[in-house]
Amino acid sequence: MASSTHNYLNHEKGLWSWLTTLDHKRIGIMYMITVLLFFAIGGTFAMLLRTELIAPGETIFGAQLYNQAMTFHGAIMVFMVIIPGIPAFIGNFILPLHIGAKDVAFPRLNLLSWYCLIVGAAITFVSLIYHGSDTGWTFYTPYSIETDNGTTWVVLGAFVMGFSSILTGVNFVTTVHKLRCKGMTFFRMPLMVWGLYSTAILQILATPVLGITLLLLAAERILGVGIFDPKLGGDPVLFQHFFWFYSHPAVYIMILPAMGIISELITAFSRKTIFGYRAIAFSSIGIAAVSFFVWGHHMFVSGQSELAGVIFSLLTMLVGVPTAIKTFNWVATLYKGSVQFQSPMLYALGFLFLFTIGGVTGIMLATIGMDVHFHDTYFVVAHFHYVMVGGTLMAIMGGIYYWFPKMFGKMYNELAAQLSFLFIFIGFNVTFFPQFVLGAMGMPRRYFDYLPIYEPLNKISTFGAYMIGFGFLIGLYVIIDGLLKGPKASDNPWGAKTLEWQTASPPPHENFLTEPEVTAGPYEYR
Amino acid sequence: MFGLIISLLVGKTIKASTFMPVQGSQVAAQVDSLYMFLLVTSAIFCVLVIGGLIYFVLKYRRKSDDDKTAYISHNNFLEFLWSFIPFVLFMIMFGWGWHVFHQMRDFSKDSLEVHAVGQKWFWDFKYKSGKSSAGEFYVPVNTPIKLIMTSKDVLHSFFLPGMRIKQDVIPGRYTALAFTPNKEGTYQVFCTEYCGDQHSSMLAKMKVVSQEEYEQWLQEDASAGLSLVEVGQKVYEQKCAVCHNTNAERKVGPGFAGLYNSERQFADGSSAVADENYIRESILVPGAKVVNGYPPAMPSFQGQLSEDELSGLIEFIKSLK
Ligand code: HEC
Ligand SMILES: [Cu+2]
Ligand SMILES: [Cu+2]
Repeated sequence: MASSTHNYLNHEKGLWSWLTTLDHKRIGIMYMITVLLFFAIGGTFAMLLRTELIAPGETIFGAQLYNQAMTFHGAIMVFMVIIPGIPAFIGNFILPLHIGAKDVAFPRLNLLSWYCLIVGAAITFVSLIYHGSDTGWTFYTPYSIETDNGTTWVVLGAFVMGFSSILTGVNFVTTVHKLRCKGMTFFRMPLMVWGLYSTAILQILATPVLGITLLLLAAERILGVGIFDPKLGGDPVLFQHFFWFYSHPAVYIMILPAMGIISELITAFSRKTIFGYRAIAFSSIGIAAVSFFVWGHHMFVSGQSELAGVIFSLLTMLVGVPTAIKTFNWVATLYKGSVQFQSPMLYALGFLFLFTIGGVTGIMLATIGMDVHFHDTYFVVAHFHYVMVGGTLMAIMGGIYYWFPKMFGKMYNELAAQLSFLFIFIGFNVTFFPQFVLGAMGMPRRYFDYLPIYEPLNKISTFGAYMIGFGFLIGLYVIIDGLLKGPKASDNPWGAKTLEWQTASPPPHENFLTEPEVTAGPYEYR
Repeated sequence: MFGLIISLLVGKTIKASTFMPVQGSQVAAQVDSLYMFLLVTSAIFCVLVIGGLIYFVLKYRRKSDDDKTAYISHNNFLEFLWSFIPFVLFMIMFGWGWHVFHQMRDFSKDSLEVHAVGQKWFWDFKYKSGKSSAGEFYVPVNTPIKLIMTSKDVLHSFFLPGMRIKQDVIPGRYTALAFTPNKEGTYQVFCTEYCGDQHSSMLAKMKVVSQEEYEQWLQEDASAGLSLVEVGQKVYEQKCAVCHNTNAERKVGPGFAGLYNSERQFADGSSAVADENYIRESILVPGAKVVNGYPPAMPSFQGQLSEDELSGLIEFIKSLK
């Protein structure tokens, strides 16, 4: 074991040593700080939106501000929190440790990808000087072309942030192929690595399409080239095809690594090997592959041909199958286990609960005759929050608590962490379950004002949002308190089997003092 | 008999608890049956997964620190089963959804055609007889209707929850909706594609009425017997209220109160007094003089208003003090 005095945190000192670091662990921590900061901003926008919606008519701000807050909430949460949240933050820290490597394959590229995120985010925030942007995070044309404000900046910012995602993807694919330690065959990799690996492939293949699309949009706004604007002979629906060709796979960029984390948590806290390792690993790849052919399910009523709609509906159903398999496998893993309810596990169980609801409502939306009614209503809003927040965010939170002792060598206050979970989990359901009902009743999304019949459920929803907000404040306290005053953590506080737990907490600069050698699978709880 | 009452009651409560809007057509009823099926299968699935989850974590919670756990790596039969059963279910859902969708897209040749034009932020309707209306339109019950739609500016989407149908409305192109209303009443229309500031005010009403009532409505002259100011007020409510207040308060554009005869400052630095000609020009060629401090967001109403309606609007604005 490493001596506890020397580790990656005190390997070098000073801000400059952080800003120029090539250590994947430090870059991971820098991502952590930025992602949490963006999450706080995006979350504040969410609170403002829900407060405005507490009653019909104008409550705290007018339509214009509401639409801008809605746009920033979406763009920040998608491009700056959920997409980099797991791969770039947790993945960066954990992936090399998981496969027994010293670092990622391209440490300089890794640092560059962090700067891409920062520069892209900065460009996005410049738009605030130009009255922000009010297009929604989807930038649908031709509205996004003619709206008179900082949309160009937001679009260019998202373009630059795309590079962060691509570079991380390139880095991870190479790392997984080239840097596995001795004995680490593909089928001995933790499922987290499979999740990150399939995500990385998506990041490489899909993100450039978004980049090109956003560039075309910017060109259209600045130079007046007619690609999407019907006034100039363009086709506004073409934009939607381009946009969702990226943004559907992006949904899996957000959820696949989350599924990886869940596999780690479920095995560690039930002390059991995963049920159906290969099924879970291959279903990650399967989901990634099929996800490129389902983008049209966002466009059933966009004016695309009827036949196209039907084919996209069919293909979307097929993605449901591997997703269902994973869910069953996780539940089956608990069978005859020894289940412990520490906060990371609570988040994993919360994930299974919420993701199941998100999943079945996704199937409802994939059913084309049903989607015509639900499309662009609050039903869709509820569905994707169940998947993105109930899924990805739950996994991020679980992952933070799970690897916190490894990252910082300290323990957090377990009781407070559980309390925080309780508020977030209950608050989440209070916020978003009523939105399914609102959607069935026909309330459209992106509405600053609504008919009086929708008021009671909106009130409940806003109340739930405050509960979530309070829960996250407790969570913030847990993290800060743990960092400042947490008792020292042992190297393997959870008794888990994957490689990262066999080195010191926090790990030394070079991860492992002697190169590890693997002789068995990742979850050998015998 | 008793069984019938029970099933009726149960049926009623189930229907009420799905929260769907009133069913205005045969297709809406079909969508609701599909919805019921999806809801029930989803609920069963959730109960199975979440119930199993809760059962397992309680039953197998850690009893002591040296609990021994079973080493179960996989089970081919089980895994086949829980891939195959969802697959079959998903295919049933897909097929049923396709069937319902196909009904929605059934444009019968003898439908009554109505043109709808979306524009920030109201809906205009035109009938073959030449009748036109804004914000509200009439259709006869039990008649197949075809809405032929386009947009004057950005994307909008025409959503009729009572019929369970919607369709995006696209500038420079026609899209269409088909439905056969089978219940008289007033139905809400929403815009469901984000289109800017007043997106949530882009509402309309559809009145499904008897054939006689419909024909009577087609004949009647909406402004007959109204004073000029009343004609103006009506047009204002349909086409201008989303952007202009009747008091002096700013909305998307300036409030109208006190506008007449006041001195206006323009974005290019010039100024003018708001007389009848100025108001007329503002409505027909809004780009000519843009009021200082406002975006050039006012659409032109050239060709959309009759001479009477224009005069009415001007008189109505003059009446606001
Ligand atoms: C999409 C929003 C919108 C709609 C709909 C709209 N306007 Fe406007 N209107 C504006 C804006 C913005 C301005 C200020 C900029 C300008 O002068 O062009 C304006 C300016 C005006 C002015 C000049 C006001 C002044 O203070 O000098 C008049 C008169 C006017 N509108 C009348 C109407 C009438 C009548 C209608 C309905 C037939 C209407 N507008 C519909 C947005 C709208
Ligand atoms: Cu999708
Ligand atoms: Cu709209």
